[in-house]
This record gives sequence, C-alpha cells and structure tokens, in this order.
Amino acid sequence: MENLYQKLTEDIRFVEGMNACINCGTCTAICPAAQFYDYDPRMVVDTVQHKNDKEIEYLLKSDTIWQCGECLSCKTRCPRNNVPGYIIQALRALSTELGYFAESEKGRQQLALKRTIGEHILKHGYCVYIDEVNTEMYPEQGPVWDWMQKNATPLLKRLGANYKQDGAGTLRNTSKESLDDLQRIFDITGATERFNKIEHYSKLKSEELGITFDEGLNNDYFKSIYNSKSDII
Amino acid sequence: MIKEEVSKRWLAYQKEIADDHYYFARSCIRQNFFPAAEELFLNILKNELHKDIFDDPQQTTCTGIAYHSGIVPMETTMTVVARQFALMTEAGYENFVCSCVTSFGIYTEVLETWKHNPELEIKIRKLLKESTSKEFEIPKNLVHTSDIIFKFRKEISAKAKYKLINKETGKPLNIVEHIGCHYAKIFPDKGVGGAEYPYVLAGLIDEWGGSQIDYPERRHCCGFGFRQYLIKANRGYSIANTKRKFDSMKDYHPDLIITNCPGCNFFMDRWQYVISEMDGITYDDKGYGIPVLTYEELAGLMLGYNPWNIGLQVHQVDVVPLLDKMGYPYILEDKYKGINGEDMGKPEKTSLNCCC
Ligand code: SF4
Ligand code: SF4
Repeated sequence: MENLYQKLTEDIRFVEGMNACINCGTCTAICPAAQFYDYDPRMVVDTVQHKNDKEIEYLLKSDTIWQCGECLSCKTRCPRNNVPGYIIQALRALSTELGYFAESEKGRQQLALKRTIGEHILKHGYCVYIDEVNTEMYPEQGPVWDWMQKNATPLLKRLGANYKQDGAGTLRNTSKESLDDLQRIFDITGATERFNKIEHYSKLKSEELGITFDEGLNNDYFKSIYNSKSDII
Repeated sequence: MIKEEVSKRWLAYQKEIADDHYYFARSCIRQNFFPAAEELFLNILKNELHKDIFDDPQQTTCTGIAYHSGIVPMETTMTVVARQFALMTEAGYENFVCSCVTSFGIYTEVLETWKHNPELEIKIRKLLKESTSKEFEIPKNLVHTSDIIFKFRKEISAKAKYKLINKETGKPLNIVEHIGCHYAKIFPDKGVGGAEYPYVLAGLIDEWGGSQIDYPERRHCCGFGFRQYLIKANRGYSIANTKRKFDSMKDYHPDLIITNCPGCNFFMDRWQYVISEMDGITYDDKGYGIPVLTYEELAGLMLGYNPWNIGLQVHQVDVVPLLDKMGYPYILEDKYKGINGEDMGKPEKTSLNCCC
C-alpha cells in the first residue's frame, strides 16, 4: 500500500491546514456540514494527525470527506490554525488520484461534477452557462428561469447582456483562443489527467455495479449518482 | 456604548481599495443567474462615478467552483488565475476587481500561497508560459466589486434619488446583509471589517438610510457547499442551511436581504420559493417572501434606475413589495416586456405571492 500520510504531506493545502489539533471541537461547532450530515471535522483532523494509513485509507473511501461544503468557516475559528477544509481538499485529491472516490456514494458524484461544471469550463469558458441549466436538473430555479430561458434573446438584450455574441459583455462567447488556452492549461497542470481518472474509475465502478455507463448526462450511471442518496441524517 | 465599540472594531479592519483604473473579472454565477448585474456595475462605475474599468473579452472563469468541488488540481486553478493576471498586465492595468466572492477567495488564496511559497509562483509562471506564452505582474490592488461600491457609497448617496426608508412610516427599512463565507472568513484582513464584523454591505445600509438586522445566524453559510448544491442528491444540505438563516432572521421582520456573493443571492432567493412550495412557509407576513438583492442592484435602485432594466424581475421572490415600501416608481405592465416592449408572456405563478 502507498504511504498515504506521506502523500498527503506533498499537498500544499495539507501543509497549510494541518498543525497539531487539540480536539477542542470548535470547528465542529460552527461547521454547516456537521449540522446537516453525520460529519465531524474534528474527527477528520484527529484521524489524519494519527498518521495511521489504515484509518486514512478508510477515510479516503468513505462518504465523510465529500460532506464538507468548503465554506472555510473553520479556518477563521480554529485556535491552532488548522484548516479542516484544506485537509479535506488534500484528502479529496488523493482519493481521486487513487480511484478510492468510486468506493463511496458521495465520492462517485465526482463524475457528475466533472461532466457538468468541469466540461462547461472547457466548452464555455465559465463553470456555469445559461443554456446548460434547466429546471429538470435544477428545479429550484423555478418558473422565472424557464421564462428567462424561453425569452433569452429579447430579455437579455433588455438587461444589457451580450448573449452569444463576440466581444465583451455578459454571457458573450468566449473566444477559441481563450478556450484553447484553458485546454492547454488543463493538459499541463493535471486537470485533464484528473478528469480522465474520474472517468476511468467511474466506468470500472459502473461495470462492477452493473449500471449502464455512457458519455454525457443521459445514462443510468450519471442519473443514479446525480439523483440518489441514502445517508442523510 | 456597545454600538460604539462595534463601530470601532469594524474600523479596525481597513482595506486598501484602489481609486480608479480597474481590470474587471466576471463571475460564472452572477452573469448567468443575475444577467443585468454586471453591466449595471460597469454602468455605475463608468457613468455615475466616472471611473475607468476594462471589461476584457479574453477573460474566463477562475475555476473556483470546480476547484472547491475537487475536480481540478490547485496547480490548474493557480495557472488559470495567472492567465487572468497576464491579461490584466497586457491590458495595462494593475488593479484587479472580481465580481464573485468565490473568485475573490481564490485570487487571495493564490496570492497568499505564492507569498508563503515563492517557489510555487515560479513554477506557475513556467507552466503559464509553456501553455499560453503569457507572463504576468501581480496586481497592485485586489478587491471584490462590492468593495468599490462600498468605497464610493457616499458618492452614490449624494446622487441617490431614494433612501432605504419606509415611505409610509418614515422609518428605516430593516435589512439583513449576507457577506458570503469566502469574502473574509479565509483571510479576514482582506475584507472590509474582517470576518467578525464585515462592514462592506453593512456600510451601504448605514449610508443609504436603512437599519441593519443583527440576528443569531448572521454569519452562517448560505448553504452553497459547492458539490452540496451542484449535485441534486445533496441539495438538502443547501436548503437546510439557508432555512436555518431564514428561521433565525424572521422575528426581526426583514424588509430586504442584500448579498455580496451571487451564489448566496441565488440560494436566499430560490430556497424561499422552494420552502414556500414544500412547506407553505413564507418569511414575511404577506406571503411574498423577503426580496433578495445584490449590492449593485441596490445601488441601481438608489440611483433611480428602472427596476425592469436592471433585472429585478428575474428574481423568484417579487421585489414589488419593497419598491412599494420605498415609494419607488415602476410600471407593472412593463415588468415582463422585451427591449422593444414586445410581449414575452409571464413566468408561471408559484405559491409565493407575486405582483405580475
Ligand atoms: S470548510 Fe468544511 S469542515 Fe470547514 S466549516 Fe466549512 S463545511 Fe465544515
Ligand atoms: S478547531 Fe482546530 S484544534 Fe479544535 S478540533 Fe477543530 S481542528 Fe482541532
């Protein structure tokens, strides 16, 4: 087995976020994730600081590390300058690298994030794009969103946007040159590799679970990871 | 006495905000979910405050949402941020202003990381050069768009046609401000007022005539949680946290919520709609919900802009009750019309009351 603790220490977020934890529980008291899930940032930090690779492996394969909301409220509050939210980032990166993310329900959701937010960046230049957001996937957008999408051209003109046009402005096209820059940055800095790993391990998991896997959003595996939940308290 | 003490503490965190010549970076969420807001901000800066601000067509996301969702490595985010700085440098600017609190946190974190680990800055410079042939200067000044509105709040006030006053009672409107976690919780000294008493929006309320509401969950997260909202299966996290805030603020009878971050604005607006549909609960006494505006939308109202030209009709919670309280003029029939007055129909009714 890889030396997991050693691997964590190679991540700058871990270096910045992990000092000695005194188990005071302050982070847990203010953590929004702890108020919703059976999640305890104090436990995460304490587990990691014991440097027990077996326990770290368990964490990397669990739902726990995916329950943090990255609000970083804990950064302001910890009396010992630990940052549970940074430690979580390092754990998530390692879990993805090793394919362990596919072992938990929450971890498997990384594929859906890659195929929405991740691919939007390379397609539109931004994480979110109006044409990709519909009220089936995001019902809370409500009727006002349906109305806005239906009337996008005249409405967005009234609102001063430059929707789908070249040049500057709100919702303008992102030039091919900029998109090519992003693609090259993704290729050279490890994002493309991470995307490929997410795809690879997700496909393996879908075969193990016997769920149809395909490209895009319209397949059983994507729908199940995007919609299903079993662990909310 | 307590008020004086708090004011003193607020003033303890002063932040340098450049006076002019800004390079503007758009937000993924703001431009999609509140598509009038950024043009409104640019208009206020250029036409009301007569400032120079450059809106670059080459600019992209900072990748912040993807980064905090764990799908891109930190090197990727740092290099994309470096590209944005390179675009700023190429355009001849030194003051970087971003229109998103997540981005503000990202840019600040990248700069702080490089400060503590100069070898990483060197590495990213190399990666940027290799991938895009670009080079960059570190911005002299890095601020969030709301910092600029805060800086010029008095100038806006001097030009304002309206105040945050209930026209009928003559009393200040009760206003909740929500700052967004990444504005000052990560690096408290980078936000006006710090993490405990952020003043960037509270200062607008004070200056423009309203009354701040201090309520128990004032600093609680809006519930975005990145992957917690983005994945439908996790979305209970988001609504539960936002509801916690509504439940905590409702006894203070807010007339308005204002937000710093476009994401927070979205959640505080849309989850009111969902809570009303699911549980029949609304957080005002007339069944409309509490209107939720961004700081630039509020500035636009102060300056007397037509509410339907600055996108106030694309919120799910109706803003008309707020306009009525302020005695603000509007033409209801114009609310859902196109640029040339064309009929575009109306959004379907929801369980929230609406003047439509
Ligand atoms: S960053 Fe994560 S662990 Fe820290 S307070 Fe927010 S949700 Fe909790
Ligand atoms: S607040 Fe800091 S010291 Fe206290 S339990 Fe959390 S990480 Fe440990």
